[in-house]
Amino acid sequence: MDTYSALRHFADSWGLLLMFLFFVGMVLWIFRPGAKRSHDDAASIPLRNDTAPAAPSAPEKPAQK
Amino acid sequence: MLNYIKLIVLGGVALFALIAANYARDVAYMVNALTIFLIAAGLFLWTLRNTDEPVPARVRELSYMDDVVRAGVIATAFWGVVGFAVGVFIATQLAFPALNFEWAQGFANFGRLRPLHTSAVIFAFGGNALICTSFYVVQRTSATRLWGGNLAWWVFWGYQLFIVLAATGYLLGATQSKEYAEPEWYVDWLLTVVWVAYLLVFVGTIIKRKEPHIYVANWFYLSFIITVAMLHIFNNLSIPVSIWGSKSVQVFSGVQDAMTQWWYGHNAVGFFLTAGFLGMMYYFVPKQAERPVFSYKLSIVHFWALIFLYIWAGPHHLHYTALPDWASTLGMVFSIILWMPSWGGMINGLMTLSGAWDKLRTDPIMRMLVISIGFYGMSTFEGPMMSIRAVNSLSHYTDWTIGHVHSGALGWNGMITFGALYFLTPKLWNRERLYSLSLVSWHFWLATIGIVLYAASMWVTGIMEGLMWREVDANGFLVNSFADTVSAKFPMYVVRALGGLLYISGAIIMCYNLWMTVKRAPAVEAGTATAHATPAE
Repeated sequence: MDTYSALRHFADSWGLLLMFLFFVGMVLWIFRPGAKRSHDDAASIPLRNDTAPAAPSAPEKPAQK
Repeated sequence: MLNYIKLIVLGGVALFALIAANYARDVAYMVNALTIFLIAAGLFLWTLRNTDEPVPARVRELSYMDDVVRAGVIATAFWGVVGFAVGVFIATQLAFPALNFEWAQGFANFGRLRPLHTSAVIFAFGGNALICTSFYVVQRTSATRLWGGNLAWWVFWGYQLFIVLAATGYLLGATQSKEYAEPEWYVDWLLTVVWVAYLLVFVGTIIKRKEPHIYVANWFYLSFIITVAMLHIFNNLSIPVSIWGSKSVQVFSGVQDAMTQWWYGHNAVGFFLTAGFLGMMYYFVPKQAERPVFSYKLSIVHFWALIFLYIWAGPHHLHYTALPDWASTLGMVFSIILWMPSWGGMINGLMTLSGAWDKLRTDPIMRMLVISIGFYGMSTFEGPMMSIRAVNSLSHYTDWTIGHVHSGALGWNGMITFGALYFLTPKLWNRERLYSLSLVSWHFWLATIGIVLYAASMWVTGIMEGLMWREVDANGFLVNSFADTVSAKFPMYVVRALGGLLYISGAIIMCYNLWMTVKRAPAVEAGTATAHATPAE
């Protein structure tokens, strides 16, 4: 099989399936139980650390919580 | 030590550029080579003067790198006015062809100026807006300083050099005749190097972030940077005819070349003008409204749906061509499905204001951001509709397309950029507020009325022209000649130029306002610097 046909065959079978499953998995993942707290935390990221980077003393934590 | 390497490289570049200018096969190449020589020689002298000087103390990691963002704000405003001015001039040229002056033939006629206009507004104005806001946003949302030190400055100046080389090349005739990808091979190579540095700075900053989560705006910015890199490389696969000339030959030919071009062209809209600017929306709208985005879940669905769908929409530019029907149908179907994520994103942006709708009345910057989202919704409704094959048979090759592009570009990209500039300037120059909010209102109304005049006149002339082209008499002969449509369009062309004039007037008012903000507006007092409020209340 030439390269074009092989790639096209992959694109409309396994490639399509993988992308579809990825998308469904993503939707299920964001609606998982307990996701609300991490989403609320992420949504408020722009509202902190406005003028200076987070302090280096607490490297793995958000600046204020 | 680094300075010695820099000197060797700069000296080599300057020497090579001089040799290239000497052997140049065409004027555009020679002018570009001389430009590069001047810049490399100037930088050589500057580096030489600063070599072995005491190095200033390292900047603390405790501050954001904002000087490059400030430069980006200035460049955005400057290129915006330049691009709009060229646009108004070529719009006037279309209404009054005498403006294609005889003495300027081959330099300033419509054909040479048109790519200058599109590249200036998309890549110079839009690109600088994207680069400077992405640097601002990625630092704040990662709570860390930009990665890579002066690499960010290379991105900024390298990008300006790309703009200048491309623009002078267009005027002197260097183009590979691909819409929105006109720059010739050596300018493409420069952009590739700059873009890789941009990617490194952006990803490096995300990697050293202090926040556990990568904020959604950064996802949009990152997808824009990666996708534009991919599109740029594949659409510019060309072989130079000579290393001493600007001409190059595309590797693809025929319908493959056309498909690659519109895969590039539509995703330039999808990822440059949409995904990147959505990154701006997801940061600046919540900031200006002082509340988190309406639904963070929806923003994640918005992101993945948008990038999965947009990449397939390109073939709708090639209905009724040599492209196989199945391919253009595929493009059409994906364009229509795009309604969903586009409107989901629009709702997410608008609903961020829920509970704060009064800001629309009191805050002209918020009004600007909201109308840009409104135009986003409008043009992402119009676009899928125009991609339907039956509609496209009427709209394609007419001014309707031009009107559609401008309601998106002036309305969505322009307005959200203006909003971001109004937001950024007081923050970056440490001012309490903008110089004048009533000037912002003036800008808002001039720009809005300008867009309405532009879009409405192009709908009328586009549909009229489409109907005139297809009109046949009882014997099956075409009723109108092409020149008939041209003369029928004259009044609408004048209205269009007037709309553009209103739009650029607003932009000039903005520049004055931003300038006076830096010069005159009261500075933030030292004690309150950490807690200063948004400028508009």
